[in-house]
Amino acid sequence: MKQYSENNFEQCTKCTVCTVYCPVAAVNPLYPGPKHSGPDGERLRMKNPAFYDQSLAMCLNCKRCEVACPSDVRIGDIIQSARIKHSAKKPGLREFTLANTDLVGSMATLVAPVVNATLGLKPVRHIVEGVMNIDHRRIFPKYAFGTFEGWMRGQRKAQAQFSKQIAYFHGCYVNYNNPPLGQAFVKVVNALGYGVQLLDKEKCCGVALISNGFVEKAKKQAKTNLASIRKAVEKGMAVVATSSTCTFTLRDEYEHLLGLDNHDVRESIDLATKFIYNLLCDGNHTLKFNPEAPRLRVAYHSPCHLERLGWTPYSIELLKLIPNVELVKLDSQCCGIAGTYGFKKENYQTSQAIGEPLFAAIEASECDVVSTDCETCKWQIEMSTTKKVLHPIEILASFLS
Amino acid sequence: MGILLHIITMNREFDVIIIGGGATGAGVARDCALRGIKALLIERHDIATGATGRNHGLLHSGARYAVNDRESAEECIRENMILRRIASHCVEDTGGIFISLPEDGLDFQKKFIELCLAAGISAEAIDPKEALLLEPSVNPMLIGAVKVPDGSVDPFRLTAANIMDARLHGAQVLTYTRVDELIIESGKVVGVKVTDTISGEKGEYRAAITVNACGIWGRDLAAKAGVTINMLPAKGALLVFGHRVNNVVINRCRKPADADILVPGDNITVIGTTSSKVSFDQCDDMYVTREEVDLLLREGSMLAPALNHTRILRAYAGVRPLVASDDDPSGRSVSRGIVVLDHATRDGVEGFVTITGGKLMTYRLMAEWTVDLICKKLNIDKKCTTAEALLPGSTSTSGDCKRTAISSYGAKGSAFYRHGNRVDNIDSSTAAKRALVCECEQVSVGEVEYAVNELKVNNLVDLRRRTRVGMGTCQGSLCSCRAAAVMASTAKMCSERAKADLKSFIAERWKGMSAVAWGDTLREGEMLSWLYDGVCNLSNKNQQE
Repeated sequence: MKQYSENNFEQCTKCTVCTVYCPVAAVNPLYPGPKHSGPDGERLRMKNPAFYDQSLAMCLNCKRCEVACPSDVRIGDIIQSARIKHSAKKPGLREFTLANTDLVGSMATLVAPVVNATLGLKPVRHIVEGVMNIDHRRIFPKYAFGTFEGWMRGQRKAQAQFSKQIAYFHGCYVNYNNPPLGQAFVKVVNALGYGVQLLDKEKCCGVALISNGFVEKAKKQAKTNLASIRKAVEKGMAVVATSSTCTFTLRDEYEHLLGLDNHDVRESIDLATKFIYNLLCDGNHTLKFNPEAPRLRVAYHSPCHLERLGWTPYSIELLKLIPNVELVKLDSQCCGIAGTYGFKKENYQTSQAIGEPLFAAIEASECDVVSTDCETCKWQIEMSTTKKVLHPIEILASFLS
Repeated sequence: MGILLHIITMNREFDVIIIGGGATGAGVARDCALRGIKALLIERHDIATGATGRNHGLLHSGARYAVNDRESAEECIRENMILRRIASHCVEDTGGIFISLPEDGLDFQKKFIELCLAAGISAEAIDPKEALLLEPSVNPMLIGAVKVPDGSVDPFRLTAANIMDARLHGAQVLTYTRVDELIIESGKVVGVKVTDTISGEKGEYRAAITVNACGIWGRDLAAKAGVTINMLPAKGALLVFGHRVNNVVINRCRKPADADILVPGDNITVIGTTSSKVSFDQCDDMYVTREEVDLLLREGSMLAPALNHTRILRAYAGVRPLVASDDDPSGRSVSRGIVVLDHATRDGVEGFVTITGGKLMTYRLMAEWTVDLICKKLNIDKKCTTAEALLPGSTSTSGDCKRTAISSYGAKGSAFYRHGNRVDNIDSSTAAKRALVCECEQVSVGEVEYAVNELKVNNLVDLRRRTRVGMGTCQGSLCSCRAAAVMASTAKMCSERAKADLKSFIAERWKGMSAVAWGDTLREGEMLSWLYDGVCNLSNKNQQE
């Protein structure tokens, strides 16, 4: 018996607070909102699947509705599950390209300078829009020349020397786009006395596959990941990820959307900032900071999936522990990109309208740099503001002596 | 209503006056109208407020009666097939199964199939595994199942469609009009004296024949003509679950008993019923007791175990108008069949006919028999056509109907369920008309206006019967104030009347919830009370102090 009954949607008292907190409903009147798309719609779809409405594709799966719900209704899950079950729209080339972060990433990293330069060109972006329906104004993340996994292969010996070990779920972004974040993570964890290993076999967590309609493939990859995670957990290792969305997907979406049983390893899957903060609080671990480091004003943005995990305070408190960091907490709100959602041409306007208040707050914060645990929030903020975005771990690593 | 009464004052002579706006009365009015007989229907509340609106909404295949009452079974299957055709928008072809549980054994099943087939009801034994595939919510302990052509029928829509067709063919309809007296001249019923219960205005109507289609209240009406009908009020309680637990009707394959039918209807599922004798003075105010709720849940979960953890929206009860056979002075022997009484031959009272007994399923046949008798008495030679003529809303199927009426499919589809192809009469030309009043049941502003303007709606409860406003999960917490606002402006109500209406609507919703107020239903009730009492102060607490 699951913790939540199959009739979870019936716990809804129709108070509508979820719709008040929905970033999409606030800017796009065509979206009926989470209450209507979720619990209300579910009841109708049980009568007749024809009541499935294409407007459900406007949900960006931020789960802020679930955070807001006083009745513990898994509204976001209901909407996403309905899309999985009923959507008649077949994913196309665009969805394939956006969803297969692993495949596209591994090809792009081989020829990263070419890809980065080409995708930076305006005419190319217009062609991409024409062919793929990806908005030409959207800026693609740069690919790295060489993967994080490649770098880790050279680290094996050095990492094996630590008596305590953790497994790192780096995710596609660290592997193909931003290996320096992974390297920063290794540096910090090493400084705390832990060696870092890769999982036996790491596949993309699958979040983009799920949202783009490749559920079977997502399941396959999830099973591979869970098997690798199990092996690591059996060896007594925690499995830690720097990406809040990967963490959330591995812990919650695998069970709720893909129907996979992960309860045996769920509690061992941790987020980097939480893992490190907890170590620093246990009295046995300390980090040495560089007293000479210049002051840095950091504005922290809490990603939606981190809010859903309920772990935002760990990232904030960790940043606060760094001497010379002056922290500005931005109001919690969605940046609008929601993974691959904001890349799609039809969502571009909604995406930017959602992020608008956040962008304004960032500009007004007079920060030197923005920090967040989510890579797609980073892309969105860097594209839409004048600020650079760093992961809390990158900031933490740069302050170590 | 006052205006309506005034218009009819010009023309107070009819061939037939029908008293009672249930399915039967509506059916009689329609049948008369289709045969060119000038008819007036009088109902003291709204249409379908009595037993018509207080049953399962089961489109019986007749299988339930096959073993004990062959005649009813045959009537049911015939009417079942007719209703599927003439009232397609009121009927849903869900199919039904009769399941045998280990304690039932399979002996009954054998006899059951045999007698179903003999009555002309298709009955096919299927493997328990197949039954589980067909209806996954069914009790997995089942040892046998029989597939029958059950379905679900919406009694409100059915009655409304009959009324509409009657009016389209010239019948007059007066709701919220009470019959105070039968006018009797030289031992003959020649008309009625009435009071408009909203305006208080009094009036008189005359007709050659007066039909008593008052269900259990028919005993009192007959008494006004000095006629005695032995009736036994039998209460039946039912529970409404929050969503469709099953998509196929589930029955128990055993001797008919309490709570052994589970029917999916529109967005909900209904379990019922109980059966208990009640006194006549209880008939106007039915409450469901705790014992009845317990029994319904206990027996219901034998059909579908999921009922144990499904939210119950509300409980309700109706009164079956059981009639004691005329030849049994003790009144014990009950006739379950259709009873048409010509009081001229039975009691020497000319111009007065009672139609009672029967069931929702046979309303059309009851009307046919009644109007056949009327024709005979009035020397009219017209054949009944109600078995062929399609009801308004059912004159084209969903495939033919332009589903362009309302913006999203949800609202459009929901309105189509309710109004059939008349959905096109709903204004959805602007975003304001398409805006939803009731989100659970997807009722738009345009639909509310359509109901108020064309379906004779006087208050929010009437509106609910025609549109399902407030019948969904929130039981009116979120929609009743919106509906009250749209209605008040459409029906040009003053704000005081709209407020009073809102208050009585909410009280009516809470009455049904209170019998099952625990868990999420109680939380919903709390929310209802915070909103309307806490925020809107609808009960005027401070002013009373």
